Amino acid sequence: MSTPEMRVNDSELVEPPVVHADSRPSEWLMMLREAWRMGRTKIGVGIFAAIVLIAVVGPWVAPYSPTEFVAPPFSTPDIPKMWLGSDYIGHDVLTRVLYGGRTVILLALAATVIGLVLGVTLGLITGYARRWIDESIMRILDVVLAFPQIVLALLFVSILGPRLWLIVLIVGISHAPRIARVARAATLEVSQRDFVLAAEAFGIARWKILFNEILPSITSPLLVEFGLRLTYSIGVIAALSFLGFGMQPPAADWGLMINENRIGLVIQPWPVVVPVMLIGILTIGTNLIADGLGRALIGIERDTGVE
Amino acid sequence: MSPLLKLILVRVGLGVLTLLMVSVVVFAATQALPGDTARAILGREATNVDRYEALKEQLGLNKPMTEQYLSWLGGVLTGDFGNSLAQDEPVTQLLSRRVINTFILVGIAALLSIPISLLLGSLTALRRDSKFDISVSIGSLSLAALPEFVIGIILILLFATQVFNWLPAVSRVDPSLPIVQQLDMFVLPALTLTLAVAPYITRILRASTIEVLESEYVMMARLKGLPERLVLNRHAVPNALAPALQVTALNLAWLAGGVVVVEYLFAFPGIGSALVDAVANRDMPMVQAICLIIAGVYVLANLTADILTILVSPRLRTGLR
Repeated sequence: MSTPEMRVNDSELVEPPVVHADSRPSEWLMMLREAWRMGRTKIGVGIFAAIVLIAVVGPWVAPYSPTEFVAPPFSTPDIPKMWLGSDYIGHDVLTRVLYGGRTVILLALAATVIGLVLGVTLGLITGYARRWIDESIMRILDVVLAFPQIVLALLFVSILGPRLWLIVLIVGISHAPRIARVARAATLEVSQRDFVLAAEAFGIARWKILFNEILPSITSPLLVEFGLRLTYSIGVIAALSFLGFGMQPPAADWGLMINENRIGLVIQPWPVVVPVMLIGILTIGTNLIADGLGRALIGIERDTGVE
Repeated sequence: MSPLLKLILVRVGLGVLTLLMVSVVVFAATQALPGDTARAILGREATNVDRYEALKEQLGLNKPMTEQYLSWLGGVLTGDFGNSLAQDEPVTQLLSRRVINTFILVGIAALLSIPISLLLGSLTALRRDSKFDISVSIGSLSLAALPEFVIGIILILLFATQVFNWLPAVSRVDPSLPIVQQLDMFVLPALTLTLAVAPYITRILRASTIEVLESEYVMMARLKGLPERLVLNRHAVPNALAPALQVTALNLAWLAGGVVVVEYLFAFPGIGSALVDAVANRDMPMVQAICLIIAGVYVLANLTADILTILVSPRLRTGLR
């Protein structure tokens, strides 16, 4: 009678027997499986993995140091051992390309995670609380929505200067209302289901219901949102570096490289072309993943009859 | 008051409220500036306490915050955004020419992208899963993912430097010449904006058209045995008008933000490139003015679309009676 396992069972008897959302076959796993069947998702994952690999392994295989002056400025690739030539002050382009992916990917991921945490929290609260809390939070989010993402970021950069943490935070905040709308719609729908009503009937604290019952059931649309927002984060973060307000010289960063080397586009296009292509391919990859997930979700909702 | 009018008035009220809150955010942003405007104007001379205090008094910086906000807002409403810190001229004067340039640029891009997205969006929805639909879908999916500057640089490489040398890579619009004579300056920026926005809007329109086509009233019309042409014209199109209007608004709203990066890329003399310069110079009155203009266009575009949607969509109109 006094084995630890039995004690666990005893205490469970005292707790109300709540039907957990995740005791059903979890929808988001089904969605991932469904998405993986699609060619576009596989291509997207392949692209994303390849670019991440370049960004992670790059610094170890780079032939030079990213801040080393190895050739006259804007040397074309006919110099031996410099496959992509040199940039505007004579750094090796290939080296800087191999170093320059980390910042773009890491900053974009950080901004997306901030946007997701904020947006999901606000979406859960507004979707579940409703009434005036819902109304007032949504009005405030409308104000954030009134600024295009890049404009909101620039407004704050003009006040506090080009700081990385600020850019990541603002891009994250500018994602939040868009994610909150999705989370709110999903919460509104889930909060009418039996397992939530049952939990409410047992008098479980509302914040517990939100995070233990509702959150696990709205994972699928949030995963789709994550893919989509990651694509836009990469675009906005790279654009800010391109405008000169993101990473600062002498950092090796794809967005910054494009800006620094634009003037030499006619004589030595590689320090612009290669980062442009890599950023472009990366966003296509993440967008393919988001699209595959989105299609899988629509398919599952149609099959299970969830509106 | 009719319920329809009431609904519209509520929307307008919310739009005005959003604009007011936007102006508060833009105003409050400058107040968070380390130091104040007087210090920013004087620069090193701010150590001269007398001049600093005099300028503060002159600019009204000693008044309470709400009073400062109200007098600033009053100025904004009469078109007075104050003086530029970087150029010491009225912001309105510095921006007027640029607003026109941007307006023309966005106009050209909208004239190109709205018909393209309407056409492709509805055609792909009607011929769902056809080869045409799939190829447009893959193309638009890839293009919609690309940041504007990536598209712009690819266009510069193709048409202005490496491959062909047909168009200017830098849009040096000469203010002394009429715009019709220098339309070539507008081609690449407008094309970049179009290629960036049209695929995104096409995808949204395709999804909403499919939703209409799968709706119960369209199914009902089909079951009644109406010819497909009548089903589309009488039942599907009126309901798809709402998404079409939303598309137009989304286009304009998107373009309002898209001009920033694209104008900077082509050194196009509009408000987008002016914003980048103003941020680099920390020219706050200029930043405030441009942020307000862009956010204003964005809110107004969405508001107009909302109201038109209420007016044209049969479901909303009749649902109220």
